[in-house]
Amino acid sequence: MKNHRLPQEVNAGSMADIAFLLLIFFLVTTSIENDAGINRSMPPDITDNTVDIKERNLFEISINDVDLIMAEDDIIKPTNLREKIIAFIDNGGMSIENEGYCTYCKGNRLANSSENPDKAIISIKTQRNSSYPVYVSVQNEVIGAYNFLRNRESLRLFNTTYETIYSDYYNDEISEDQKKILKERLEIIRALYPQKILEPETVNN
Amino acid sequence: MIKFNKYRSSKSLPPVSTASLPDIVFILLFFFMTVTVMKNQNLLVENTLPTATETEKLDKKDRVIEIYVGKPTSEAKTNLGDEPRIQMDNKFITVDEVGDYALQALSSMPQHLRSVATVSIKADVGVKMGIIEDLKSQLRMVNLLKINYTTYEGAVTDNL
Repeated sequence: MKNHRLPQEVNAGSMADIAFLLLIFFLVTTSIENDAGINRSMPPDITDNTVDIKERNLFEISINDVDLIMAEDDIIKPTNLREKIIAFIDNGGMSIENEGYCTYCKGNRLANSSENPDKAIISIKTQRNSSYPVYVSVQNEVIGAYNFLRNRESLRLFNTTYETIYSDYYNDEISEDQKKILKERLEIIRALYPQKILEPETVNN
Repeated sequence: MIKFNKYRSSKSLPPVSTASLPDIVFILLFFFMTVTVMKNQNLLVENTLPTATETEKLDKKDRVIEIYVGKPTSEAKTNLGDEPRIQMDNKFITVDEVGDYALQALSSMPQHLRSVATVSIKADVGVKMGIIEDLKSQLRMVNLLKINYTTYEGAVTDNL
């Protein structure tokens, strides 16, 4: 006798339910993480060596208890902070016959602002009641100012931005030889505009 | 005249086929599997990060020590009050304990990563600088000097 019955098909109707269960499991146990932020390195915990800094080479930013930002003895808006910092770092006020004359600076060469980018120091002072987002904004503006200047020099010297070099350097697909070149370039630019950010201890008055 | 849909026009519409539903759900599933990561901590504190533009990616998870700072969430609030707290290792810790816990996290890392370990400070927007400064001085004491103020991408004017 001939068997006319075809093999029965597996019911796929519950496939969607199974997939939904898996989906919900992943939605619950995982999260989309934001893994970006402002990188900073702190000085080591040694306080016995002191260096004399000329007042003209120091750009003081203070944030007070009610989140007002003061820079160069004046309350300023956070939106103006970046250009002020750029003007300060890029001032290059040392006279032309001096050894430390900054040849690549494009600043105003004022006598009361920084001598050269190597000597320019930014200080960020906070108080215990200053709020954290304002502090992050100030940090962001300082880093932004340095990035702006580094990008400018990088474009002049190597025809790419500093950020591109930086991200290429940390890209795993780049060969070792190329990384060596990138590292040299990074060091050249960092030497032109070294990041010197000071954070004095909070003083309670 | 030709009559279209001789049979259908008189009857009701056929049911919508759900045969492709599993495929759609699987696509969604794979999307979530690829873009998300497993939660390793249950947040006990409020954690809305500030925004910044000059950020750098922290994509190598194996060398990151995370510290959360913020007000306790609603469940913990009844016992702990409103003051910002520090969360590490899935529990609340005091400022003095930060160094110990950070060293503990450091020692569980492979040897070659210890020198490049970064501390990611994930602090809420409502936090004051006092606790952050205390935290930083604790980290300096144990010589963990690379820190990252973890933020969202966005204009800094949103912070003010």
